[in-house]
Amino acid sequence: MDFDETIPAGAMWSMRVPRQRVIRLTAIEAGANVSALFYNASNPLDRLNVPDTLKALHTAKLTRGHVLMSDMGNAMVSMIEDSLGWHDPLGGHSTAAQIEAAFGARPYQEALNNFHRNARDNFLIELSKHGLGIRDLVANVNLFSKVTCDLDGRLQWVPDHCPAGAFVELRTEIDVIVVLANCPHPMHTGGEYPSSAVRINIFECPPREADDYCFNFRPECSRAIKLARRLFI
Amino acid sequence: MSTLNYKESSLRRESASYSQIIPAGEGWIYRINAGETLRIVDLCGNQAADTFFFNADDLSERYSAQDTLREQSALYLTTGARLVSNLCRTMLAITADTCGRHDTIGGACAAESNMVRYDLGKRFMHNCRDTFLLQLAISGLPLTKRDLAHNINFFMNVPVTPEGGLKFDDGVSEPGKYVEMVAAMNIHCLISNCPQLNNPCNGYNPTPIEVLIWQP
Repeated sequence: MDFDETIPAGAMWSMRVPRQRVIRLTAIEAGANVSALFYNASNPLDRLNVPDTLKALHTAKLTRGHVLMSDMGNAMVSMIEDSLGWHDPLGGHSTAAQIEAAFGARPYQEALNNFHRNARDNFLIELSKHGLGIRDLVANVNLFSKVTCDLDGRLQWVPDHCPAGAFVELRTEIDVIVVLANCPHPMHTGGEYPSSAVRINIFECPPREADDYCFNFRPECSRAIKLARRLFI
Repeated sequence: MSTLNYKESSLRRESASYSQIIPAGEGWIYRINAGETLRIVDLCGNQAADTFFFNADDLSERYSAQDTLREQSALYLTTGARLVSNLCRTMLAITADTCGRHDTIGGACAAESNMVRYDLGKRFMHNCRDTFLLQLAISGLPLTKRDLAHNINFFMNVPVTPEGGLKFDDGVSEPGKYVEMVAAMNIHCLISNCPQLNNPCNGYNPTPIEVLIWQP
């Protein structure tokens, strides 16, 4: 059965997604940012490792072909489609203090469900639903966002990177707990709190290998996918 | 290559209250109190010192690479950098650096990541994460793999291009280069002197480092 849900701006979402599913995320409006974390559902100590992913792929951005890897060398999700060409693995996630500095204070007492939420609090809430907590909160990726680095190492968040309709598809290589926070990028320069809802669709996807773009993207990708399959022998 | 930022320390080694040589492949966990200065010396050059920090008074607060990068809006660590925790608080500040650039996006090598990066047969080579896990296990502290996030690689060179490429480069360090930092809180410092033989991060020849501590 296909899954179809819309995550409002500022909201969070988590779910245990079996392997061999495609998670398709679509920015309904321009300016989306989805902070994302991934855990091996059968052993959450085995979790997304951004440094391991980046050094295996020789990249400081994420795009089609890339395989997000766990710290036990397992492929977690593969980016099989991507309309943007750049998703940020460097910037981390927003906190209450950062959101207030960038967008002003808007507590629930005043704004009810239009209050300004942040990715840190959202992550902690969703993680706790899976028995996880602050010790499990490691480096995340930011889908739909771009942060560049100049030759001296200065980091710059790129505004207007994500147009309406931008999408990315992640194929699960193992059973994963997916934790998402649809909150502004922590380097967002501020102004109006973004209003971009993000649609999430999940559907089945048969295993592929010989002609699979991600499996063949780099030898590191095929080795991580092979290691992931060892979990199911 | 971008500009490197060199700053020498005024501290003399004779006045250090503690010093320890850490051979390649060995680990070290040690308490450093607020106000104390830690120096790490690359004795022979081109040696990665994988380093991580916990708040000694609240072990759930630990070094965060992403928060550190974002708070300084810069990818490399050198003099002036604040090493920031997962609560976005300053744990230590780098006060001197004769190497000029250090990495914090490369993480630590591990048995499993070596399998992915090089060959499935590399599983049994010694690696930094195993050193970290052993040090935590014998430390007497209630810390496990769960508490291990992403570390700093002092003396390691991992340049990123404006197009988003990343590579492990020959080191920019040389024999005797050092980095020095002052603790802003009581911390446990965890170091693995990297045994990696599969890439140039140790010049294919892992060598000892030295740690020194000065009282305020």
